[in-house]
This record gives sequence, C-alpha cells and structure tokens, in this order.
Amino acid sequence: MSENRQLDFAEAIREAIRQEMKRDKTVFVLGEDVGKFGGIFGCTKGLQEEFGEERIRDTPISETAIIGAAVGAAVTGMHPIAELEFMDFIGCGMDQVFNQMAKIRYMFGGSMNVPVVLRTPCGSRYPVACGAAHHSQSLEAWFIHVPGLKVAVPSTPYDAKGLLISAIRGQDPVLFVEHKLLYYAKRMPKLREPYPTLISQVPEEPYTIPFGKADIKRPGEDITLIATMMMVHKALRVAEDLAKTGVSVEVVDPRTLVPFDKETITNSVKKTGRVVVASEDAKTGGVAAEIATTIMEEAFDYLDAPVRRVSAMDLPIPYAPALESTVVPQEHHIKDAILQLIDQK
Amino acid sequence: MELDKQTLLQMYRNMLRIRYFEERLAEESAQGNIPGLLHLYVGEEAVAVGACTPLRKEDYITSTHRGHGHCIAKGGELRRMMAELFAKETGYCKGRGGSMHIAAPDIGIVGCSAIAGAGIPIAAGVGLSAKMRGTDQVCVSFFGDGASNTGAFHEGMNLAAVWKLPVIYVLENNMYAISVSASKSTKLRNISDRAGAYGMFSAVADGMDVLSVYQAVSEAVARARRGEGPTIVECKTYRFRGHHEGDPKKGETYRTKEEMQEWEKRDAIQKLADKLVKDGQASQAELDKIKQETIKEVADAVTFAKESPSPRPEDVSSYLFMS
Repeated sequence: MSENRQLDFAEAIREAIRQEMKRDKTVFVLGEDVGKFGGIFGCTKGLQEEFGEERIRDTPISETAIIGAAVGAAVTGMHPIAELEFMDFIGCGMDQVFNQMAKIRYMFGGSMNVPVVLRTPCGSRYPVACGAAHHSQSLEAWFIHVPGLKVAVPSTPYDAKGLLISAIRGQDPVLFVEHKLLYYAKRMPKLREPYPTLISQVPEEPYTIPFGKADIKRPGEDITLIATMMMVHKALRVAEDLAKTGVSVEVVDPRTLVPFDKETITNSVKKTGRVVVASEDAKTGGVAAEIATTIMEEAFDYLDAPVRRVSAMDLPIPYAPALESTVVPQEHHIKDAILQLIDQK
Repeated sequence: MELDKQTLLQMYRNMLRIRYFEERLAEESAQGNIPGLLHLYVGEEAVAVGACTPLRKEDYITSTHRGHGHCIAKGGELRRMMAELFAKETGYCKGRGGSMHIAAPDIGIVGCSAIAGAGIPIAAGVGLSAKMRGTDQVCVSFFGDGASNTGAFHEGMNLAAVWKLPVIYVLENNMYAISVSASKSTKLRNISDRAGAYGMFSAVADGMDVLSVYQAVSEAVARARRGEGPTIVECKTYRFRGHHEGDPKKGETYRTKEEMQEWEKRDAIQKLADKLVKDGQASQAELDKIKQETIKEVADAVTFAKESPSPRPEDVSSYLFMS
C-alpha cells in the first residue's frame, strides 16, 4: 500500500465501486447521469469508459423505475448500485424503498435477499452553493424508521470506501447516504482548509468496515459529542477549539444508523456523563432524537445532565445564505450546546 | 397453434386447482379459519393459466394482491400456499406474508406485492437481470386495470421498452379498481393502446378463454426471448366474487346483477371443458376424474395447513436481514 494516499470522499466512493465491479460481474450502476457525465457529483466519473454502457447505465428521470429495477435485478442474482441524484428526489420512488426493498426479505420469510445499494447525496451545501428546499435535505431519519433497511452515514473517505464495499458485498438492502459537502474537498480550498479531515489516507487495496461499528474520531474525557457525516467534521473543529480552553470532547461517529452501535456510544457516555448529539436533519422526529432516547434507555444512570440535540430547525431549507446557515446547524451551535452542558454541574 | 392433449388437460387442471382452492378458502374464511383478507381470483383463472403455460420453471412472474391464481399457475404447491394463508410456518413465506405476499424464488415467483403497480418496475429489473446474465429467461408481470393508472406503470413500461427488456406485462382488465369502473379512470377502451406511446408491442386477448391468452402470451414470450423487447397483453376478464371476501353481495353495489350473470355464463373453465369434449380431445369421464383429483388435492392442502405449526413468537425477528 502506498504510504500517503490522500483521497477525497468522491474519489473513495468511485474507487470502491470500481474495485467491486472488477471483482464481481453482477455489480452494476444505474441512475440519472451516471454515464458520460460521471454522476452529478462525479462519483462514477470514467467508469462508463471502463465498464461500458451495460454496467454503468444512464436512466430516464424515473426514481420509481430506478429503484424498482434495482430491486428486481437484486432478487434475481444481480448486485445493483442505484444512484439518486439528490436525496430530496427519493420521495418520487418511495414505495419501492419502504414497501418493496425494505420488506421483501422479511415478508417472504427469508426466501430471497435484496442486495441493493441505494446511494444518495443529502445535506446543505452552505457555504459552497445554496440548494434551497429541494436540493438540501437530510432525510435519513425516515429510513431508520422503516425496518428492513440498513442505513450508512459515513463521514470520511476512509470510512466511505470500507462501508461501501461492505454494502456491495452484503446481501441486504442499504441506503448509503452521502453528505454533499464531503465530496468537494480536493476541488475547494474553501472547504479543505477549515476541514482537513475531509481528505483522508485511503489504502488502495479493497477493505471492508463492518456495519454497526461506531468510530471514536477523537478521544476525550469531559463530554461525548455524537455526530454524523458533515457534522463530524464540524464537531472535530469544535473539539479542537475547546481543547484550548481545557474542555476535552470525545467525538463519536456511529457510521451506520442501522445497525446502530449502542455499545460504543454507551461506553463513551458512561465515561463522560454528558452528551451532545449533532445531526443535520430536522430536529423533530430526527436522528438525534432517536440517539438521545437510546442513551436515556441504556445509560440514564450515568448522565450528569440532559442530552442535548443540535439539529436543523423544523423548517424547509431556505435559499438565502444567512437563513440557510441559521436553519442548518453550524459550529457555533455545537459549541454553545457543549458549553451549556459543561456549565451544568 | 396446436396444443397437445396433455398440455390442454394440464391447463384444465390448473384452472380447476385455482377455482377449488379459492372456493375452499372462501368457506374456510367464512368459518373464521383464515386470519387475513382474501382477494379471490375466481372467474379470472384463464389469464393466469394461459399466461403461465408458455413459461419454463426458470422464468419469472411478479404478482399482486390477487395473486393465488398466478402462483398456482406458475407451479406453486397447494399445500404450501394453503399453509401460508392459514398463517403457518410451513407456508411459502413461513406465515410472515399471507395471502397478498407469496414468493417462491425456486419456481420463479419473485413475489406478490399488495401495492398496486409496484411489480411493474420490479419486473423490468428482473428482465434486466436476465438480459445482463445472458440467459433467455423472461418475466411475466401481472397487474390490473387499476394499477395501469399509477406512476409506476408509466416509469416501468418506459424503462422496459427503452432497454428492450424480456418482460410480458399481462394486464388483467377486470373492469373495476375495487368499485370504480375503468371507464371512469381512463378514456381508453383498450388500456394496452398505451403501448404505442412507449414504443412497445401490445395484444388484446379474451381473458375468458385460456387458449386466447395462451396464444397472445406465447407470441410475446417468443419475442422477448429473441431479445425484441416487452409486450403488453391486455386480457379482458371479470372477477366473479367481490373485490375481497368482505365486499357486500360480491360487488353488486357498483355493478349490476345482469352484468355479473352475463360474465358468469362465459366461465373459462366450462368453456375449455366443452371444447375438449366437443373436439374429442377428452371424454367427460376424464374431466370428471381431474375434478375429483383436484378436490382431493385441495382437501389434502387444507389438512396439511390445519395440522401445521404456527410460527413461534420467539422467532418473530428472524429474516429481517441476511446478516
């Protein structure tokens, strides 16, 4: 392995797809603009030239047909990777996600597997581009609510490659959520400079990261900060900043929401006694609510203060940058939540 | 198209298996022995049997909430079908699916979905899989006139057509989406006219004549195996019972008694029996023997189902994920 192979998130995703397609002929990609265009965020760039139009399939704008066709192919021996250009579009194909892909294995008594990997970009692109109400949402909470789907929410290029290879090699349906700001690091100094963790060392050889195994991104003693996707990078900046004032923050990244690693999170909470959960989806009924409740059930006796959520306001994502950055949690929101908790003796 | 005697008698037997299986189900349901809803296929048997007879074991079907007939016609065992309906561990889906969710991948039944139209894009994916794996398998996708007005119909048809997938879309036009007449849902007399809009082939068959369905689907299957793409085969048919077994007076609230009686006179099972006897291809005694054997087969399936164990609550979490 080369010693210092630095990839960004899109490169890691592309490498995982490419290596798995070389390994297994049943793996193929379908979605809007995945061919010559290389995917709306460049994740399949160059793959159609390498694998041809049969295996890197451009589709019509038909989310129901994209996901439905992936399901049909998956139950008959193929391993499709379906790409939805924006998570906001998933509603157009929702029946195939929550009634078909998620339920087939259980309702048919385990008689068939549905190895679909459904990749989709989520999240606000502030300050890179303002996507507004239909190109900025984080809807992963909808899918943890549907039994039968595994949900990955990777934050780093290293995790993205390992988790995606696990997803492709697995036999279960996976919703693979990719925060849009993660993609851009190499192309955008404006992101790379404040968030150097957006680029990571990634081994060239294929490797897997198991689902249901959280990762402690930064060890600490005073408070547990649980964060997903882009919020991990914001959390790491806040932790760095607070370390200078003597506050030791442990940043824990669940990496997958289904299955969810209760053990790592509970152990961290037992150590620190204080928890902030930072998740970019809307607060009500959101990912942070679920994690907070799980902590209450599993580690209530160890808590020295109530769990705090840092999530998006319960509003559509507005267009104006000043409004978008108010709705979507930023570093100062995380920092304020931590300081308030630390003050609660 | 000449069919041999054995195939004709097998078609007769399969239509009877569906009819007797379901009539028995209605009785068992009335006695409170079936825990779930029943959407019976009685009257439409010619469609399932005509469409599945040209298929091989390794070909696929997708089915619907009204799927018993399709599964039996594709080779489903009555014992395991009945056990599923009785919610038993020995059923096709171990009692997790029930009437509207039967699958048997080893005989190509990739599943019944209770969401109208959902099987249409899934069938496109099944066809894509066959094509990409380089086999000449085909997929028959059953759905009704009601499902033809969903968005899934449009997206699935378009994809199957543009990718020339080996799929036969069998549109069972029984004229009612629960209670709403197709004439109130579409301007078209033949819904299959929409095929032209997708650049695909279409045919209209008499869904009350198993040979008419067989012929139309056979041609579509041959075309699909040659790699020439999908076809919509619209089968004009009629359900003799209500939308489900709780539908008052078998649906007389939205259709006339006269209309129902007219269609019942066209019973496809009797039609085939009359033809076989008239053409000298079978004697009445042979047909009666098949009837008796089928009645016994259904009774045996009910005994099997009743004697089978229920799923255990401690196993409720099994099968959600492979790993």
